Amino acid sequence: MNTTIIYGKVDQILNRYGNKKSALIAVLQEVQKEYHYLPQEVLSYIGDKMGISRARIFGVATFYENFSLEPKGKYVIKICDGTACHVKKSIPILNALRKELGLNENKRTTDDMMFTVETVSCLGACGLAPVITINDKVYPKMTPEAAIRLVKEIREANRLED
Amino acid sequence: MAGTMIIDGQRVGFDKEKNILDVIRKAGIDLPTFCYHSELSIYGACRMCMVEDERGRTMAACSTPPRDGMIVKTNTPKLQKYRRMVLELILSNHDRDCTVCEKNGRCKLQELAARFSIKNIRFGPLCKQLPVDESSASIVRNPNKCIMCGDCVRMCEEVQGIGVLGFAYRGSKIKVTTAFERPIAEVECVNCGQCAAVCPTGALVVKNETSKVWDVLNDKNKRVVAQIAPAVRVALGEEFGLKPGEIVTGKIVAALRKLGFDEIYDTGMAADLTVMEESREFMGKLEKEENLPLFTSCCPAWVKHVEDKYPQLLKNLSTCKSPQQIFGALIKEHYKKIDEAQGKETVVVSVMPCTAKKYEAARPEYRNNGIPDVDVVITTQELALMIKQAGIVFNELEPESLDMPFGLASGAGLIFGVTGGVAEAVIRRCLKEKNPGALKEISFSGVRGMEGIKEAAINIDGREIKVAVVHGLGNASKLISSILAGEKRYDFVEVMACPGGCIGGAGQPIPQSSLVKMQRAKGLYDVDRSSQIKRSEENPIIMALYSGLLSEKRYLLHRYLHHQK
Amino acid sequence: MKIKDIQHLKECTRLFSDCLSRQKKRVLVCAGTGCVAGGSLEIYKKLKKMIEDKGLYVDVRLQEEKEGIGVKKSGCHGFCEMGPLVRIEPYNYLYVKVKLENCEEIVETTLLKGQPVERLMYKQDGKVYPIQEEIPFYRKQMRIVLENCGHIDAESIEEYIAKGGYHALAYVMEQMTPEEVCRVITESNLRGRGGGGFPTGKKWSQVLAQKSPVKYVVCNGDEGDPGAFMDRSIMEGDPHRVLEGMIIAGYATGASEGYIYVRAEYPLAVERLKKAIEQAREYGLLGTNILGRRFDFDIHINQGAGAFVCGEGSALIASIHGERGMPRVKPPRTTEVGLWGKPTVLNNVETFANVPLIILKGSSWFRSIGPDNSPGTKAFALTGNVKNTGLIEVPMGTTLREVIFDIGGGIKDGKAFKAVQIGGPSGGCLTEQHLDLPLDFDSLKKVGAMIGSGGLVVMDEDTCMVEVARFFMNFTQNESCGKCVPCREGTKRMLEILERIVAGKGTVYDLELLEELADMISNTSLCGLGKTAAYPVMSTLKYFRNEYLKHVIDKKCPTGTCIALRTFVINEELCRGCGKCARVCPVGAIEGKVKQPFKINREKCIKCGACREACPFSAIEEV
Repeated sequence: MNTTIIYGKVDQILNRYGNKKSALIAVLQEVQKEYHYLPQEVLSYIGDKMGISRARIFGVATFYENFSLEPKGKYVIKICDGTACHVKKSIPILNALRKELGLNENKRTTDDMMFTVETVSCLGACGLAPVITINDKVYPKMTPEAAIRLVKEIREANRLED
Repeated sequence: MAGTMIIDGQRVGFDKEKNILDVIRKAGIDLPTFCYHSELSIYGACRMCMVEDERGRTMAACSTPPRDGMIVKTNTPKLQKYRRMVLELILSNHDRDCTVCEKNGRCKLQELAARFSIKNIRFGPLCKQLPVDESSASIVRNPNKCIMCGDCVRMCEEVQGIGVLGFAYRGSKIKVTTAFERPIAEVECVNCGQCAAVCPTGALVVKNETSKVWDVLNDKNKRVVAQIAPAVRVALGEEFGLKPGEIVTGKIVAALRKLGFDEIYDTGMAADLTVMEESREFMGKLEKEENLPLFTSCCPAWVKHVEDKYPQLLKNLSTCKSPQQIFGALIKEHYKKIDEAQGKETVVVSVMPCTAKKYEAARPEYRNNGIPDVDVVITTQELALMIKQAGIVFNELEPESLDMPFGLASGAGLIFGVTGGVAEAVIRRCLKEKNPGALKEISFSGVRGMEGIKEAAINIDGREIKVAVVHGLGNASKLISSILAGEKRYDFVEVMACPGGCIGGAGQPIPQSSLVKMQRAKGLYDVDRSSQIKRSEENPIIMALYSGLLSEKRYLLHRYLHHQK
Repeated sequence: MKIKDIQHLKECTRLFSDCLSRQKKRVLVCAGTGCVAGGSLEIYKKLKKMIEDKGLYVDVRLQEEKEGIGVKKSGCHGFCEMGPLVRIEPYNYLYVKVKLENCEEIVETTLLKGQPVERLMYKQDGKVYPIQEEIPFYRKQMRIVLENCGHIDAESIEEYIAKGGYHALAYVMEQMTPEEVCRVITESNLRGRGGGGFPTGKKWSQVLAQKSPVKYVVCNGDEGDPGAFMDRSIMEGDPHRVLEGMIIAGYATGASEGYIYVRAEYPLAVERLKKAIEQAREYGLLGTNILGRRFDFDIHINQGAGAFVCGEGSALIASIHGERGMPRVKPPRTTEVGLWGKPTVLNNVETFANVPLIILKGSSWFRSIGPDNSPGTKAFALTGNVKNTGLIEVPMGTTLREVIFDIGGGIKDGKAFKAVQIGGPSGGCLTEQHLDLPLDFDSLKKVGAMIGSGGLVVMDEDTCMVEVARFFMNFTQNESCGKCVPCREGTKRMLEILERIVAGKGTVYDLELLEELADMISNTSLCGLGKTAAYPVMSTLKYFRNEYLKHVIDKKCPTGTCIALRTFVINEELCRGCGKCARVCPVGAIEGKVKQPFKINREKCIKCGACREACPFSAIEEV
């Protein structure tokens, strides 16, 4: 991908945690915050620095839902499919968004790297079901129409910025 | 804690057993498991060893400690039903082309499926359609046959300390794989093959190269020369129902002749050359006090591990080639002119206990004008397979003797096959005292035995030489850490990657208990005891070679390339 | 400022509560995740600014002895359905669904003139409820653990201290030996609120008995059950109570370090806890020589990274170690070999939050609430098709009927009650016949359900129970760590069968297969996730077998939820033959001649329903 890796930044993160093996998950979280995903080179670099085998790091990075080994879009839309949201019809929202953005179960990010659509098991905002989040901002009581409206607004705002 | 428990109505005492699985097996009940290995940590994932207590509660035997007065049943209808379901579920997601599988007939899953009469798989279809990784010279990994027992992962990490294999992803998408799912040949795999040795199915198997051997045996223009590694002779018999440790050198020679090999020699002879060269190198370094300790270099898995993980120690690694490569180089040189004259081609086939030897033979530095010093490497198991394929009744063979001149090895060269053997052989060479008492003293110095890290102190010329012997790369890494941290200081370190040394190589028949390795070790020490020549320098062939072929070509015995890597 | 000793703590409490009482009026804006999503932070900012502009604002840190109006961000009030919520003290008015434009009216009318704004008050059945505590949703509740949630500033240690916070800690340190603390907790019979219901006192005593010089306290805040958010609300709304419970556990068991593992989906909880830990350190309630005594304790936060299975103790510990969150075989138990291989107390958030109260009010007081074998209260997240969704707390042993109908206000949109899923994907579903069942550990166990962490998802008559079972199986299947065969392979196969059934391809034989798998998975799985994975299927099969049979025999979904089982037909009498339906059909399944009734080819139809929406004459019916 086009991300240039600045190892100085990774070093800063590692230094903050003192290369402690137990800090691996926290380190990966911070790295992901920096790059929006976990580039392979960085994972190998971290493994060598922390003295953890690469296979192990790969194992941890692929175990947790929050880590992505592929770049994500500028806007990450998460559709909550917890029980409460599910019984309040969250799947139609997911389907509508996928259709709007030309995505599917396997293709989660738009080609222009603007949107990533994924599901999340429960955001704990069940009282507001169904909810979605866009870059961690919670949008309560969603409908397919309202979700598409949000996407259109974001597109429009970005177009104006350009 | 000692006590008594009641297993299927039978009173069974326990003493040091950590879990009831061991107690149950001690009671003569073969409780099935996939993921339990006494030398690995308890994983508890296959759930085949479930037992029932008197209240009908189920528990995994592998992870339940025994308690005095405990009552368990191992074979209730409920447990049978669960075991069948576990098997059915595993099989439903398993590539079931058993008849063309490398593991056919030796597969634990196949065996248990037969034992529990699994006739019908009600689930499907198969979920996995993953590519087979044949990149490695030593092992083939077929993820479609993996049952996620994690034996290979724990072997690679816990025993070998390498961690090339790991679990990735989760749930039904879980995989045993390398970092970033790279081909095995591109990661820091040392090719020791121990993963394949513990794999219960055909997911990890040793690369089968018997067809290459059949090809050359049937080629009239080829002179096919075999070399037999020391450890092979004390293990091959197991494949034919003989006792572990039984020495079957003569039968192997007879079988190889029947298979059509032209000349049959002993790798032990080449090991004698290794001893000579390594001793010389060691005494030289000792004198100059530089780059100590000297690490042995006859184990290719260990050499690869140093290259991958401890490049700073490459200067400490002996420059000697391994016996296999010395043998190959020597034979090719020996027949060079004769072949040219006769229009023949000499092919060297090694019979090895080891999978890494396949990788070693394929390394670029062991090629001369594109021709490899060793052409094909087959393991003990592959040789057994060839003998069976040829219809040879092994147990009825009359023993025959190895060919001369390269078939004569000293006892020192033959104990190379067991942990501590290389160190012992080198000490024999370096020690000035040559009486039988000195030999005995060496054997009791601490180099022998099955502890992971052994230490010995030998007085040579009034100087105390500190020797360490390790087997299992995990132990090697521990030792190196203590050396690098300055906690330990040694002059000579022998490393063998496989637990037990070459006798425990992944190319050997799979041992059913830890006792097997000890029996094989005893077999090699028996060979040594009954041989007339105990020391490498007393081997007349060696002396003849030094004054003949090697007089101007000692370079054949060394390699320099790995230093530059 | 460091609190030097117990006397000093008491002085602080007096000082802070004095300051608090000078706040003649207090505005508590709910800043739980739910209300924040509804814009409550903007409301808070606006209210604060307006009051500041009038020179009446009082700082929340209770440092100044000034009279005026306090404006606070409180934790979750629980009534998420009605958010954003604003509570005004001393009147105890609760304003619901507050919008930014209501701020001025609130300030002018209520804060300045002391008059209520009736328009913003909760109404039910034509009645207006001005006082929060009188609203039916709250009236039947017993808020002990949640007493501060919504009533104090969640970001102020001073308010917590003003309300008597950290006095339980002071009491144990002054009056009790660790053994005595363990005994009191044992006597209270407090059972783990994380799902298992293991006696907390027993766990603590086991850890205390371990000889290791190093021990740990771990708080499980990995509340992953879909439809549960009790722990989140406590961490967000009253973080100091959790810290105090943990410090007491440390004192009682001889541990000097604690970890809180919070799931990554709860950023606000992490923020609040971090702030609370900083404040507690500042006041010397965490760190060395706490309250001037020879007792050290500190707390760290670890964030999860998205794995439900990390709620399982050994997986959670593996995750703190920086490894894959895969459960390990037991024994040894966490109390013997836990975090970093040391003896560890591992309790969930709500359990720790109960501890300070039990210390202060005594074990017999605690046992007086609820049934003998499950004393105390329990927080539940009431969600789904119920009128009043939100966070509630009731005494153990309260019946489902009281919870759903009295507190929850019954089923939404006048529909009929069908079932409630309790305990998330590890629980089971309960039906009409269980409505009078007391909610406690043992009663639920008897009917094959479990309290779990406390999620209550109410389902109405339109909910297809087969689909619900499929949903849960999909969840567990996704969240299985993949270690043991029954859970990894078994749940996948169960899901396949359920998917087959909702797609109309199931057979009666599939139901047997489901039961066989369920039995095997429950009895052979390695950890709790696997052992309970089949519960939703088992309980729906038990109570709604007919619904399954309808799916597999009649190929019908009684609620019309399962799309593949729908059948669309054209009512020939209503059809005018306009052909609109044929034009919108994406698969060309409708044919016919203009002005004559059209026909749907059932083989081709994908049941998308596009035709029905397009038909101007409502001639397309679902049968």
